[in-house]
Amino acid sequence: MSPMTGILCRRTKFNIKSLNTRLSLFSSTPDFDNRRIEKILIANRGEIACRIMRTAKKLGIRTVAVYSDADKYSLHVKSADEAVRIGPPPARLSYLNSSAIIEAANKTGAQAIHPGYGFLSESADFAQLCEDEGFSFIGPPASAIRDMGDKSASKRIMGAAGVPLVPGYHGDDQHIDFMKSEADKIGYPILIKPTHGGGGKGMRIVQSPNDFVDSFLGAQREAAASFGINTILLEKYITKPSHIEVQIFGDKLGNVIHLNERDCSVQRRHQKIIEEAPAPNINNDFRSHLGQAAVSAAKAVNYHNAGTVEFIVDTLSGQFYFMEMNTRLQVEHPVTEMIVGQDLVEWQIRVANGEPLPLIQTEVPLSGHAFEARIYAENVLKGFLPATGILHHYCPVQVSSAVRVETGVEQGDTVSMHYDPMIAKLVVWGEDRIGALIKLKDCLSKFQVAGLPTNLDFLLKLANHGAFENGEVETHFIELHKDGLFINPNDTLSTEAAYDAAKHGAAIAAACLCEMEHAATKEHAPGNLSMWYAKPPFRVNHCARHTMELEWDDEYSGDGFKHLTVHMTCLPDGNYLIETGGSSSKSLEINVSHLGKHDFKVEYGGISKNVSVAVYSKDKMEHIHIWHASYHHHFKQRKRLELSDSDDSEYRPALESTSHPPGTVVAPMAGLVVKVLAKDGEKVGEGQPILVLEAMKMEHVVKASTAGYVHGLRVTAGQQVSDGTVLFTVKDK
Amino acid sequence: MIGTLARRISSSASASSRLTRTRNFCLGVLPDTIDRGSESFASNCRVMEGLISQLHSHIHQVMKGGGPEAVKRNRSRNKLLPRERIDCLIDPGSSFLELSQLAGHELYEEPLPSGGIITGIGPVHGKLCMLVANDPTVKGGTYYPITVKKHLRAQEIAAKCRLPCMYLVDSGGAFLPKQAEVFPDKENFGRIFYNQALMSAEGIPQIALVLGSCTAGGAYIPAMADESVMVKGNGTIFLAGPPLVKAATGEEVSAEDLGGATVHCRVSGVSDYFAQDELHALAIGRNIIKNLHMAGGINDHLVSDYKEPLYNVEELRSIAPTDLKQSLDIRSIIARIVDGSEFDEFKKLYGTTLVTGFARILGQPVGILGNNGILFNESALKGAHFIELCTQRNIPLIFLQNITGFMVGSKSEANGIAKSGAKMVMAVSCAKVPKITVIVGGSFGAGNYAMCGRAYSPDFMFFWPNARISVMGGVQAAGVLAQIERGNRKKAGNQWSKEEEEIFRTRVVEAYEREGSAYYSTARLWDDGVIDPADTRKILGLCIAASMNRKPESTKYGVFRMYFIKFKQVRTPQRLISFAERSPDCYFDLQGGANIRGRKAVPVVLLFKNGEKCDSVIGTMPKEFYVAANERVLAS
Repeated sequence: MSPMTGILCRRTKFNIKSLNTRLSLFSSTPDFDNRRIEKILIANRGEIACRIMRTAKKLGIRTVAVYSDADKYSLHVKSADEAVRIGPPPARLSYLNSSAIIEAANKTGAQAIHPGYGFLSESADFAQLCEDEGFSFIGPPASAIRDMGDKSASKRIMGAAGVPLVPGYHGDDQHIDFMKSEADKIGYPILIKPTHGGGGKGMRIVQSPNDFVDSFLGAQREAAASFGINTILLEKYITKPSHIEVQIFGDKLGNVIHLNERDCSVQRRHQKIIEEAPAPNINNDFRSHLGQAAVSAAKAVNYHNAGTVEFIVDTLSGQFYFMEMNTRLQVEHPVTEMIVGQDLVEWQIRVANGEPLPLIQTEVPLSGHAFEARIYAENVLKGFLPATGILHHYCPVQVSSAVRVETGVEQGDTVSMHYDPMIAKLVVWGEDRIGALIKLKDCLSKFQVAGLPTNLDFLLKLANHGAFENGEVETHFIELHKDGLFINPNDTLSTEAAYDAAKHGAAIAAACLCEMEHAATKEHAPGNLSMWYAKPPFRVNHCARHTMELEWDDEYSGDGFKHLTVHMTCLPDGNYLIETGGSSSKSLEINVSHLGKHDFKVEYGGISKNVSVAVYSKDKMEHIHIWHASYHHHFKQRKRLELSDSDDSEYRPALESTSHPPGTVVAPMAGLVVKVLAKDGEKVGEGQPILVLEAMKMEHVVKASTAGYVHGLRVTAGQQVSDGTVLFTVKDK
Repeated sequence: MIGTLARRISSSASASSRLTRTRNFCLGVLPDTIDRGSESFASNCRVMEGLISQLHSHIHQVMKGGGPEAVKRNRSRNKLLPRERIDCLIDPGSSFLELSQLAGHELYEEPLPSGGIITGIGPVHGKLCMLVANDPTVKGGTYYPITVKKHLRAQEIAAKCRLPCMYLVDSGGAFLPKQAEVFPDKENFGRIFYNQALMSAEGIPQIALVLGSCTAGGAYIPAMADESVMVKGNGTIFLAGPPLVKAATGEEVSAEDLGGATVHCRVSGVSDYFAQDELHALAIGRNIIKNLHMAGGINDHLVSDYKEPLYNVEELRSIAPTDLKQSLDIRSIIARIVDGSEFDEFKKLYGTTLVTGFARILGQPVGILGNNGILFNESALKGAHFIELCTQRNIPLIFLQNITGFMVGSKSEANGIAKSGAKMVMAVSCAKVPKITVIVGGSFGAGNYAMCGRAYSPDFMFFWPNARISVMGGVQAAGVLAQIERGNRKKAGNQWSKEEEEIFRTRVVEAYEREGSAYYSTARLWDDGVIDPADTRKILGLCIAASMNRKPESTKYGVFRMYFIKFKQVRTPQRLISFAERSPDCYFDLQGGANIRGRKAVPVVLLFKNGEKCDSVIGTMPKEFYVAANERVLAS
């Protein structure tokens, strides 16, 4: 039996039931319907799955996790009461596979399904299917999702409801020539955007008419890949916009309130990285105007449950326009929770149970200020490309009532290429914006992730930026302030300061490493030889010396790893005398005590401080991370002691492009080749697109590094490549 | 007596509570007897300070290897220095007991830092190994006579302690200009391979890492090894190098093609592991040790937790006797070497010039013999007795030498001092437990034998920088030689003027002075190194652990001469002690003595000061002894 016929059969059966539910909306007293939710299936993964489970547990509701093969041992599976496998790693075969999810719900006897965000959260079909199958869908009604999901349709509805809109084209005529003429009419720069989906996928900014066609086709392709629908809309591109959104909440009784706004302007690749609530530099009048508009928008589609109405604010004119409505609980919902002191997931469940909203509009508090920083596995310098890898060291900050860490991973987990590379969300609250910002900076500098590149250092730079401190946030923030956010290698003063700081970090790291190594060997030493492992290591008539050749990951100077030599002398009193070489540096006498696994107390020059050090092996190198004061440094050194493989084969070639002959182009990230634009042997110009790579549903065009002839281009569309794979070489002949 | 002891302990360990004081209180805790305010202490301090800094400057010099040029050349070949190689080989953060750092010191016309070879013990994957590393920066790593001697000594220790040997080979072979002293004799170059063969047969692993050239005789080191590793490019093994091959056969071949890692790992099979570079080779070396399955469990007991000595071990630098005529209570040294300064003295009241007793060093039980003056009949017998006790119980022996010799004179000879001494020498020679000797002061005459000198094969033997060694004192030797010379001249009818005799005597004294120094000794490998007194405790701890790495052996002794001393006449010391009576506050009293066959055989003299017993002398001593004792008590 095909699944489709099954669904059709059941749909007729359950129509009566959904009618009953609707009828209850009109009863004068809230009918809680004794069938309250006792078991929820969470059709999602990662931090949001864990987040929902936490509230469910608080309410005594049992939880069911679903997982793909890639997530079998992940945290959300461990946190759930029950877990069901729903398919292989690719999302379309697992987390987007609605029938498998419904089957899992049936199997485990869950009464409700929470879709989280992403995946099926904004699929009207899925919401409908859940209701049809007799499961309560914790989210808005399918009709509202459908209305808001189609961006063109939603704008029509909003326009009718009197909500201001950005000039643009939202029509059905998708012919490329017609679209181009529309674009010309609106004027450049212009924004191309798929009508379905979100998260910035498939979005393109077109600066001039010449680029329109390429971008349009690319957007169509991405939209088709991600959402299955390739309709595109056009919009005027606002040059100095800020992105402000309003959290709204409705119940099944027709009440809709707003829970203040969030500012999500700071974005990279059209995805948010730092959000805050309330929005800085706006007054209460503007706030209530926005709120009113958002509530009207929600009411226009008979909305219930959590939703977000996004506005684009032209910071130059102070005008705001409706952008879209996200019919789900959003990633950044915790910032709202922090300032209103409510658990929105709990609200969602209560609303799904048919209960009224716990607060009325006038009761909604606004206390203090909250920030959320999204910590991603990504390559900041390679244009924020998603990164994959193993979390060799993962030690988030201490949580408290004012600091939350939303995470779905643990140390040792792999951030795979199958899903979003977000590692965690750091949420902080303070009495006011400055207070919250101080906490954010402190937490970011103490947040320890090692094993894969992250945006942590970048986030810290962002948080420290003067314009950010002043609340001058807008969507082009990163582009606008890139000089302050990325170190300019020509700025010798700051690169030198960074180098000195790194040398200092290397000195401390080396001492800690010695201490750690020493403790480890001592632990494994036979009992009768303990004196051979006494601290400091004994040498007859001299002191033990040790030299470490470190490579400092100088990520902001652009030229990669910088060499550092650290000389250590184990002094008789157990201190380390460290010399880092170079003319400017003086020797440092450090006392180290090992506090815990990764934590050390170091003392030098009369100062004592706590530092953390993480060490792991990767690609035959030993990687060393140190967090000291507000610094984080990453070093690597050649593995000294044990042989990883017993063989004496040639060392594996390094993956850095520097080790390849000139003209070699390697895959900047792991991903899928979606299109090959050139042929092997073809003559190409510098910067000419050769192939298109897709990872995390983002397209990345791989271009020719120089002009010449393409050699060794063997990848084909549909082929999976891993990070660092040689794609082709451009040679003169 | 106990009261004073307790007071002393409590004053030195004031922080400890009353309870722990009571619990820690044990009869064996040695008191702190150092008079830090005295002039002699201060002057001794000054002299020792000079000696220690001299030691450090000598060490600093040899640490540089063959000089900056040679070191630079070595680095340019991607080679580490020998001590760096060792640091990479031993467990991270572990100790390395380097032996005879000053071998070859001022021995040849040209300097030969550390004798051109680094030897020592260090743990690799938790197994103690003997590491022998050529220093290619010193004369290309060639073997001088002293280099051979140092290599053989390392092997001797390894064989005795059953330590796997790792040879870090980077040597041009025998030093040809001195081939006569390097090649032909029994204890020469060939003995290295003989030892490798015997040790391998004994199941003591022999591992060679070929990190540089390995020419001629040296080629047998990897070839005789159980397993060997070669470094691509740097490592070469051949019986004859390219120049010799060309001379002999006319064949022209590069070093790498003649005996590089590829040839020996792929074709000849001389080497077993092919290393990409030096670090890789060292890592393979570590792996080989990791995979050894040596019959473990010989000595897998846990070492108990231990206490540090109650007194500052650095004070040993001030206590070390620089004037050997001054008396020194060896207990003040023991108190700074043993755990918790606890020393359970054996036969404390008998033969008091030899101090014997049980203690622990870094948790390991030891029997200690230390000199507190000349060896008498009783002291020697006591020593023999104590050694027998330790061999019975498999307790390692520590000898702290500060000895001017056995008592001479008609009475001593009549009492059979030679026989008593022989007993101790017999016991020392035959004892199969680990023996470690430290010369803390003088080492003269037969005292050196009885106290386990080099000839008695101690497992390890160290010198303090102030120590002196010779068959007798320089002045005494000058006296003896002058007497003989005068006799000879008289026979020849020559006159010997006072001045001439003085010059003669001075020359003898000077020669003894030079040849009796710790550096003269250590340069010739009469010991295993000159050490800082403050490191004595640590080094002894490491040595004991290394030397206990073998199965206990039972000791068999030779024929002891076992006659009782015939007491023809027991002189009361009454006559003697009258010399010493100086004041009514301090006097001697004869307390009778132990009975041997019903006769008062051993008189005991007690020394009182202000009515309190201060000291005791057992047996009849020469007059000077009582005078000295009296002065000591008066001065205190």
